[in-house]
Amino acid sequence: MHKEAAIREPLILGHKTYHDITEDVCRPIEDKAPRTWYILFAIALIIGLYGVGCILYLLGTGVGVWGLNKTIGWAWDITNFVWWVGIGHAGTLISAVLLLFRQKWRMAINRSAEAMTIFAVFMAGLFPLIHMGRLWLGYWVLPLPNQFGSLWVNFNSPLLWDVFAISTYLSVSLVFWYIGLIPDFATIRDRAKKPIPKRMYSMLSFGWSGRAKHWNRFETVSLVLAGLATPLVFSVHSIVSFDFATSVIPGWHTTIFPPYFVAGAVFSGFAMVQTLLLVMRKAMGLEAYIHKKHVEYMNIVIMVTGSIVGTAYITELFISWYSGVEYEGYAFFNRATGPYWWAYAAMMTCNVVSPQLMWFKKLRTSLLFTFIISIVVNIGMWFERYVIIVTSLHRDYLPSSWSMHFPSHIDIGVYVGTIGLFFVFFLLFARFFPVLALNEVKSILKSSGESYKNAPDKHHNDDPTPDAPKVEAASPAAEEVKKEIKSEVPKAKSKGLSAEEKKAKAGVLISKLGEGSAETKDDLKVISGVGPVLEGKLNEIGIFTYGQVSKMTKDEYDLLDELTSSFPGRAERDDWAGQAKELMNKSNS
Amino acid sequence: MADKVIYAMYDDDDVLKDGAKKLVSKGVKINEVFSPFPIHGIDPIIGIKNTRLGIMAFLYGLVGLTLATVGMRFFMIVDWPMNIGGKPSMTYMDNMLAFIPITFEFTVLCAAHGMAITYLIVNKTLPGMPAQNPDPRTTDDKFVMELRLSENTSFSSSELEKMLKDTGVIELDLKEI
Repeated sequence: MHKEAAIREPLILGHKTYHDITEDVCRPIEDKAPRTWYILFAIALIIGLYGVGCILYLLGTGVGVWGLNKTIGWAWDITNFVWWVGIGHAGTLISAVLLLFRQKWRMAINRSAEAMTIFAVFMAGLFPLIHMGRLWLGYWVLPLPNQFGSLWVNFNSPLLWDVFAISTYLSVSLVFWYIGLIPDFATIRDRAKKPIPKRMYSMLSFGWSGRAKHWNRFETVSLVLAGLATPLVFSVHSIVSFDFATSVIPGWHTTIFPPYFVAGAVFSGFAMVQTLLLVMRKAMGLEAYIHKKHVEYMNIVIMVTGSIVGTAYITELFISWYSGVEYEGYAFFNRATGPYWWAYAAMMTCNVVSPQLMWFKKLRTSLLFTFIISIVVNIGMWFERYVIIVTSLHRDYLPSSWSMHFPSHIDIGVYVGTIGLFFVFFLLFARFFPVLALNEVKSILKSSGESYKNAPDKHHNDDPTPDAPKVEAASPAAEEVKKEIKSEVPKAKSKGLSAEEKKAKAGVLISKLGEGSAETKDDLKVISGVGPVLEGKLNEIGIFTYGQVSKMTKDEYDLLDELTSSFPGRAERDDWAGQAKELMNKSNS
Repeated sequence: MADKVIYAMYDDDDVLKDGAKKLVSKGVKINEVFSPFPIHGIDPIIGIKNTRLGIMAFLYGLVGLTLATVGMRFFMIVDWPMNIGGKPSMTYMDNMLAFIPITFEFTVLCAAHGMAITYLIVNKTLPGMPAQNPDPRTTDDKFVMELRLSENTSFSSSELEKMLKDTGVIELDLKEI
């Protein structure tokens, strides 16, 4: 088994069992969707449909409905394309690169980050497609035999490289994501009770059964796909940057573009992951799996990539002066001080200054601050592309054709529409798909789960391993970590009740619920949330019947939590009393 | 002849692994293990060889590399050489640098998809396949070991059950298939 240093903070907080992980992830899928989900979905759908309307209008009328002119032939469309592709870089980076580096914290976030990647690349792909003007001739980008004799597509062109890069990236990410999803769909399939979901999920799960040989193949496939996806991630945005770097436009014609675009992509991708996950973990009750430590790790990535981007901006500026090329120099001077100075200033503040704030531990562990910064970064990264594309074009070699770009309402509609569509997809994902990689999270429970980490020997009574990582009191760092965790999860404090206290509390509890005896015992395991172990504990306290359980209220739940100390808040959340009442009615009728 | 199968259920992966070790050392053949997540280290115990899918991925990658090279040489050099600013375009080597990005992408495309498709086929996990795990809880938090009586002829079923009980099973099930 994978062992982890005791001073590392646990990745799964609280006292989770394998079954709890399944419950926590599957419950949002099996329950009815909350009202807020429907509201958000409706809003996203309306915005998305408006965007689709704009696209249809554009296809019917022509690309002229965009706010482009003779000088600025590329503006919002390509800005949005690069922005979305950039966002689509975090998912595969998290699941592939972090897998190769054996970063266990990726496991809680990779599934949703990959989903985000795929949806973002969908949105990105829309722009080149509608940019063609005649969407129905889109297949012309493929090297197909055609009626013009042997006229092939130009394999020397970065635009064609882009076609190959984006489609490879999209399809490989999709496959990577889906292969990881199959075992988790199987989990939902085996829990599903209603016939339609059962049929749906058994189709989606491809008949996965969890055989040892299959898991062996699964792990190899994941590893090899990660190995393949890692250079792919870096190649995709490098190739996107070639669209600009291989041109002869001052401001675009720079060799620094590939690494700088890749860093920028990771930067914006992680910011988007933060935006989505900070909301999702709250809405779906996944705080135990995606917590401060994960957010902090991601913030560190944002800080590092943000610094790379900042360095690249400054290098670019320096080189434009140092190269001695007047055109190059003017392009950058004009960017910073010309009529688009505000876009440049927005880019510099959002992308260079804001990630530097992450050096402060207080700030990078603050969820609210992270959420704000994540949005700021995404705004900044949109402006970066806008600055690169529009400001390099708007004052070209011929001053008489200098111009400004004003987006038309179609420009805005298409862009906002893709954001709507993106959220439509993401909300559907959050509703019907397991948002956590169940099988992966379960595999790190014993090495990185809080309860296992803090009491490693308790669970291995049969096999006492002397080298098990005990939480040494001698190590001050470990103590500190322990304290921090405890303050985060106050209920965990009640673990150490003495035997007398326990007895007294059990007495109080039983006096409230009434006596029960082993003879009239009901099968408490029927109550959802009670397993054989917990049933034993309940019996020990003196709770044997549904009648007793049905009398429980908030006070009793709290008492029970203190006594069992196994699943704080569990009883209340699952409404044991209500369940017990129903069971009583059933057995009476 | 109808075969009999014993399903032994555990609620902990390490208990199952230790149990499997004990059983195998006594000469019991374990046919299969079903688990909700990969149990590291179980494969050598129950005699499962490491998969060769990695080698397959490499071969698929080579196919992609070859196809991309041959294809682009044909399109850009043989069939319709493009004159781009008078730059040399008479041989593949002259132009190769410009072909690297697509060669790379196509190699990755073939390796990834070839391996993924092979994986699904050899696993027999395809759309519409029925689930074969003996208990629905094995995709949640339970771990099941499958023993076949036909493969353990030197033991009687009661002997096997007794040995299994010593390894900390939580449920035992005997089924005819």
